[in-house]
Amino acid sequence: MIVAEAKPLEEILESLQGMSKVLVVGCGGCVSVCLAGGEKETGILASTLRMKRELMGDSLETVEETLTRQCDPEYVQQLAKKLEGIDCILSLACGVGVQFLAEQFPQTWVVPALNTMFAGATMEHGLWEERCGLCGECVLARTGGVCPVIRCAKSLLNGPCGGSQNGKCEVKPNECAWQLIYNRVSELGRLELLLDVAGAKDWSKSRDGGPRKMVREDVKIDG
Amino acid sequence: MEKRESGNRESFYPKIIAFCCYYCAYSAADLAGSLRLQYPPTVRMIEQPCSGKVDIRLLLQAFEDGADGVYVAGCMEGDCHFLKGNIRAKKRVNAAKIILDKVGVGGERLEMFNLSGSMGPRFAEIANEMTERILRLGPNPLNTARAERTTKGEEGDPK
Amino acid sequence: MAEEKSKLQSLFEQGEFAVTCEIGPPKNAQGDGIRKHTEHLKPFVDAVNLTDNQTAIVRLSSIGAGVHVLAAGGEPIIQMTTRDRNRIALQSDLLGAYSLGVRNVLCLSGDHQTFGNHQGAKNVYDLDSIQLIQTVKDMREAKVFQSGEVIKQGEPRFFIGAVANPFADPFEFRVLRLEKKIRAGAQFIQTQCIFDMERFEAFMDLARKRGLHQQAYIMAGVMPIKSAKVAKYMQKNVSGMLVPDGIVERMSKAVDQPAEGVKLCIEQIKHLRTIPGVRGVHIMAVAWEEIVPEIVKGAGLLPRP
Repeated sequence: MIVAEAKPLEEILESLQGMSKVLVVGCGGCVSVCLAGGEKETGILASTLRMKRELMGDSLETVEETLTRQCDPEYVQQLAKKLEGIDCILSLACGVGVQFLAEQFPQTWVVPALNTMFAGATMEHGLWEERCGLCGECVLARTGGVCPVIRCAKSLLNGPCGGSQNGKCEVKPNECAWQLIYNRVSELGRLELLLDVAGAKDWSKSRDGGPRKMVREDVKIDG
Repeated sequence: MEKRESGNRESFYPKIIAFCCYYCAYSAADLAGSLRLQYPPTVRMIEQPCSGKVDIRLLLQAFEDGADGVYVAGCMEGDCHFLKGNIRAKKRVNAAKIILDKVGVGGERLEMFNLSGSMGPRFAEIANEMTERILRLGPNPLNTARAERTTKGEEGDPK
Repeated sequence: MAEEKSKLQSLFEQGEFAVTCEIGPPKNAQGDGIRKHTEHLKPFVDAVNLTDNQTAIVRLSSIGAGVHVLAAGGEPIIQMTTRDRNRIALQSDLLGAYSLGVRNVLCLSGDHQTFGNHQGAKNVYDLDSIQLIQTVKDMREAKVFQSGEVIKQGEPRFFIGAVANPFADPFEFRVLRLEKKIRAGAQFIQTQCIFDMERFEAFMDLARKRGLHQQAYIMAGVMPIKSAKVAKYMQKNVSGMLVPDGIVERMSKAVDQPAEGVKLCIEQIKHLRTIPGVRGVHIMAVAWEEIVPEIVKGAGLLPRP
C-alpha cells in the first residue's frame, strides 16, 4: 500500500489560515490501512483543528467525510454535494488523492494533511516498511524477491558494496538488501543468478522519465 | 461547592468524565459506594466493557464538549479481562495527551489509572486526586473562551 | 601524450611488485599541495590514487587532482564513484580525463551521501561499480559508448581498476563479486586495508581456486595506524573494516604509537609479499602521506623501477 504519515499540526494550520469552513476528507484505501488518514484519523484531526482554532480565537467549522478511495472519479464525485460554503478541502489521502480531488474540483482549493512516503507493507501492527521502488521494470525474479532498487540505499544491481557488514547496510540501521538477496537465493539453490552481470538499468521507465501512464486499451469504454 | 456553569474561575465547579471499565473500575466504584466512602460529585462515570474501548476521538470529544478533566480507569496491568485492553487504553491516552498539549487545552487534564475491583478506597482516592488537579488547573480553556464570547455578545458555541 | 600507455600497467606486465598510495584532494581550490605531495612521493611509489569526494565530502575533483599529479611528474589513478554522476557525466569525464593524460581509473560505488557534508543531496547511482567497469572496458575494446553508439576515433583506453573488500559480508560472496568485476573488465584490484590477515589469506585462497589471481593484478591494501585511538575508531565506526583486538592491544601497549604503527605496517607488507597472487601493495596513509617513504624503504621495496 502507499504509506503516509500525519503532517505536523503547525503545517496544517498554516495551510488553513484564513479559512473558516473546511471539508475534511479521509480515504478508506491505503491510508486507512497504515492508520494515517482513515475515518478515525479524520475524526481526530477535525476535532484537533476545531479545538486549536477555537482557542486561537479564530473558530473553524469542519465537515467530515471519508470516501472509499480518493483515486477513483466515482467515489470522489460524491463530494460534489458537500462543497456548499466550503473554503477548502483538507485531504487525508496520499498525494494521489489530494491531486485527484484538486483535478475533480478545479474551483476548490485542496491541501494535504499527510506526507506521502513510500510503497510498503505492514510488518506488524504499527510498523510499515518500504518495499517497492516503483521503477517500472521489476527485477525481483533475479533477486529472489528482494528489491535491490529500493532496499539497497545505492540501488546496486550486482551485489553488495564494501560497506555491508553483518547483514547491515553502511547506512545504519538499515539491513543490507544484498545480504537478504544472497541468503534467499543461495538457500533456494539459485546462486548462479547472481553471477550474471546485470547491465545498466533503464531509468527512463522509472520516475526519471517523467510522469508515467498505464493504459489498457481492451478495457477502455469510449473509443 | 456551589453548582455553577464552569467557566468562571472563582466559582469553578469542575466537570470530570471518568471512563470506567466494567470489570474493575466500575466494581471499585460500587464498592466505594457500599463503603460510604466520600468522593466529589464532580466525577461523572461512563461505564465501558473494557478501558480498551476508548477511542482517541472519544477522549477529544469529551474536551470539545466542555469537560474540564477526563480519566480512564481500567484493570491493573496484566489483569485486564480482555488481556491487553488496558495497555491499548494507556497508549491512546498518551497520544491524546500530546494532542491536547498541542491544541492548548492541556494534556494534564487527561489521565489513565489502573485499579482492581476490590480497591474501593483507591477509586475514591483517584476521584479526589483528579478533582484537586482540575481545580488547580482551572476550567477547560475552551469553556473560558466560550464564556468570554457569550459575555461579549458574540454567537455561542461555534460548533 | 594521448598514445602513452599506463605506466602502472606496464610495470605489472613486466612482473614488478607494484607500490601505490593515496592522496586525498583538499577541501579547497588549491592544487599546489597535491603537486608537493607528488614531488615527495614520486621516488617511492609507482602511482597515486586520487579519491573521488571520499565519504561524500566535497573535495577538489579526482580528475582535477589527477592533472596536478601529472603536472608534477607523477602517475595518477583517478577514483570514480557512481554516487554523484550519471552515465552521461561519467563517460564525459572519462573522455576529458584521458585527453588530459590520465591512464588509470578505479571504479567504485562510493560511500553513501549520508556520511558526508551534504546529506540532503540526491544520490545518483545511475550505474553501479560493475556497470561502470563494463562501460570503461567497452569504450576501450568495443569502442562504443554505453548506449551502443560507436566512438569513431580517439577512444579512451584506460587501465581499469576495481576494489575488493574481503572484510565485508557476505564473505562467501566477496570472491564471486570479485570474479564478476574481473569478468566485466577489471584489470587490477586494490583491496580494503588488511588487519585481519587470516581472513585475507582465506580470501586469497578462494580467489586462487577460481584462478582470479591470473586474470587480474591483485594489490593488497594496508594502512599505517597512527595511534591506538585511531585503531579503536576504525574498529567500531567504519563499515566494512575489520580490526582484530590484538592489533588494538598492540597499539595501546606501545610507547611510541606512531612508530609502532609503521613497524606493524612494514611487517604486514613483508608478509603480504609472500602470499601467492598478491602483485602489489596499496598504502593508504590517511592524513599521514609523509610516512609513505619510510614504509616503502622499511619494507625493502626500494629502489622503484
